[in-house]
Amino acid sequence: MHLVHFEQSPLQGRLDPEALLAEMQVRFEGRADELIPMLQCVQKALGFLPEQILLEIARLTRLPAARVFGTATFYSQFRLQPVGKYIIRVCRGTACHVKGSGRILDDIQGYLQVAPGRTTQDGLFTLETVACFGSCALAPILVINERVYGSTNRSKALRLLSDMRGG
Amino acid sequence: MDFKTLKSEAEREWKALQNLQQPLIQIGLGTCGKAAGAEEVYCAAQKTLQQIGQPGRFMEVGCIGMCYLEPLLAVRKPHGPFVYFGKLDAEKTEKILVSFLRDDDLLKEWAVCTLGEETIDGIPRFEELPMIKPQIRIALRNCGLIDPEDIKHYIARGGYEGLRKALGMHPEEVIREIKASGLRGRGGAGFPTGLKWELAGKAPDPTKYIICNADEGDPGAFMDRSLLEGDPHSVLEGMLIGAYAIGCQEGYIYIRAEYPLAIKRLETAIKQMNQYGLLGQNILGRPFRFQLRIKEGAGAFVCGEETALMASIEGGRGMPRPRPPFPAIQGLWGKPTNINNVETLANIPAILTQGASWFAGFGTEKSKGTKTFSLAGKVKRTGLIEVPLGIRLGEIINQIGGGVPKGKKLKAVQTGGPSGGCIPFDLLDLPVDYESLTAAGSIMGSGGLVVMDEDTCMVDIPRYFLTFTSEESCGKCLPCRLGTRQMLDILNDICAGQGYPEDIALLENINETVQKGALCGLGQTAPNPVRTTLRYFRPEYEAHIVNKKCPAGICKPLFHYAIDVEKCNGCGVCARKCPVRAVRGDKKKPHSIEQDQCTKCATCYEVCKFQAVLVC
Ligand SMILES: Cc1cc2nc3c(=O)[nH]c(=O)nc-3n(C[C@H](O)[C@H](O)[C@H](O)COP(=O)(O)O)c2cc1C
Ligand code: SF4
Ligand code: SF4
Ligand code: SF4
Ligand code: FES
Repeated sequence: MHLVHFEQSPLQGRLDPEALLAEMQVRFEGRADELIPMLQCVQKALGFLPEQILLEIARLTRLPAARVFGTATFYSQFRLQPVGKYIIRVCRGTACHVKGSGRILDDIQGYLQVAPGRTTQDGLFTLETVACFGSCALAPILVINERVYGSTNRSKALRLLSDMRGG
Repeated sequence: MDFKTLKSEAEREWKALQNLQQPLIQIGLGTCGKAAGAEEVYCAAQKTLQQIGQPGRFMEVGCIGMCYLEPLLAVRKPHGPFVYFGKLDAEKTEKILVSFLRDDDLLKEWAVCTLGEETIDGIPRFEELPMIKPQIRIALRNCGLIDPEDIKHYIARGGYEGLRKALGMHPEEVIREIKASGLRGRGGAGFPTGLKWELAGKAPDPTKYIICNADEGDPGAFMDRSLLEGDPHSVLEGMLIGAYAIGCQEGYIYIRAEYPLAIKRLETAIKQMNQYGLLGQNILGRPFRFQLRIKEGAGAFVCGEETALMASIEGGRGMPRPRPPFPAIQGLWGKPTNINNVETLANIPAILTQGASWFAGFGTEKSKGTKTFSLAGKVKRTGLIEVPLGIRLGEIINQIGGGVPKGKKLKAVQTGGPSGGCIPFDLLDLPVDYESLTAAGSIMGSGGLVVMDEDTCMVDIPRYFLTFTSEESCGKCLPCRLGTRQMLDILNDICAGQGYPEDIALLENINETVQKGALCGLGQTAPNPVRTTLRYFRPEYEAHIVNKKCPAGICKPLFHYAIDVEKCNGCGVCARKCPVRAVRGDKKKPHSIEQDQCTKCATCYEVCKFQAVLVC
């Protein structure tokens, strides 16, 4: 197995799908147990899993398309829709819940006017929830793209978002 | 390079680091440190040293456990101890370093503790801090003290000695040693590790696998992450010893993708092991070969369950299958497989080097050794701790954790994540070991400890966990798929003020069905949060159902906020912060809330410094 580490980028379309597929054919042999790493590789490069690429992966691995789609939809890490410029992830783990992350999520949802899993119309923000980032000691936790913000609160969270919208 | 040369080189380098003739600055750059802003502090420290023209050596370390003080910096001058400073920002860092290093004036009031043989008057020693004193660090022996990306630091502190010792023993002897230590799996179920190894070892198939379960799916738990970030080699060495003991040549580390730093540290560690002949053929000059691979999980809690985990490695959906056959007989790709948790493995090298009876000297009759816990929630000193099993729950919360902040009352402690339960405040004398926790209706689980205060609703908590388990249920078996959904629906109704008295009996009934009928541990334990809250906090359920009240002020339809005219001094803070201007009142006169405008956003409750906002 190869460990593929693309520069993690939520920006869609930085790598064109053709080049990505060519790259994958070099890095992977097409074994069934490479399916999840392949999906992770695509998502790291494109930010989501486009349908044509899933079909292409089915061809490369000689797995039924249903198996590829089934796997891609089973794991919460994978997205089948493109994402915004900023991915806002709110931790919904126990420590964060006890420290009020539900209210932070409500506020953000109200501010962005999107439900978790959705992207704002202007394509700027995608809102997601995560089961736990493992930084529970600094709950509540908010992650924007790759940056982790500890001990946040509602006003801090909204300030961050409005800064991003403005800037 | 053979191990002897490597070791003496490592020891030389470590000694040189101890006798450094310039200041040494250690900074915790684990995920929690970074979340608190440690990177800015690091930059500020580097800049400050340049500015004052002071040469110095910087060293990145993992988490030392005092997460609530992050970002943390430790500074050591030649011939002095490390001095720890906490809750830093760039400005404070600069001040401290200029004063300490240039002006030789230690700003004692900002120092947290010293670490090392020397002491400084007026600053407590690390070991004497109330948070640290009751702890014994075996799994965490190196965390926060070594550079996790430098294998030589690990080796200089006795690393890979356990492996060397094991390779000189017969595999059966190694297993006997682990059995004698009494070590039980730290991933949740508490199965004796030695016994598990024996079963895998006896399987006749020559192709076997060992897997390190680093999925850490429990929300509220971060022990495994901290351990992997702070001391990856201890876990990998444990895997090698296990592999040798059961006779296997290939291993996998299954780690959740949400832990990018831990993954990076593991990759670095594996590279170093390859470089120094600790992987591959003829490890340490013995006829033992072993190969390691990392598999990233993709965000499914159920993949922590061992059969689901193996299905996921094989490239499919992570769905559990019935056992038997147990993985020790038929696991990954149908081959005998041994799965151990991160912390279980980190204990192994220590047991080999220090001896089984040393390890068994800690803990209780049936729960030997120590256990790490991630202490989080409504507690003053949150962090990563390791304590001897059998310690009283109250000691963990009050002495180590410093109790509940803001003068609030302790209500319950949640252990074991979604598979566990809530232990009420009056059971603080409970010894923390496998049997006592089970008797109290909870479980040890992987070691998440979330402290809850009076602002926590004990009907909302099981609802929260069932939201989690019903979403994470893989859907394979009916009792779990439907049962968790049903329980959640009932709890949602109760929290919305639409509960019926019969609901409690119905919940108990479904609990039993799901527990007995579910295929895997996820479903079997999903009712636990409901069961324990029903056991200890039944009046709170009744308040929701009969009186239509949420005493903790969490379930929005069941309470309202009001202002206590006696306590309110009219400072006006709440009125300014209320997003919908529902608070009315003149300056310096008691305020009041317009109920039909209030959205119950809790802002006024949170901002009032005089506890004048009441939950009614
Ligand atoms: C739903 C579910 C999730 C689990 N998640 C984890 C996990 O994240 N980490 C872990 O080590 N064990 C987890 N376990 C327990 C493992 O299945 C297994 O018992 C453990 O890894 C064995 O290692 P040990 O004997 O060293 O504890 C989970 C079990 C279940 C049923
Ligand atoms: S108990 Fe739940 S998670 Fe486990 S196999 Fe059944 S449906 Fe899947
Ligand atoms: S913040 Fe508290 S004290 Fe101040 S006006 Fe509001 S209720 Fe009264
Ligand atoms: S709960 Fe929120 S909306 Fe209601 S009065 Fe307080 S601040 Fe205003
Ligand atoms: S509960 Fe939020 S980081 Fe763990």
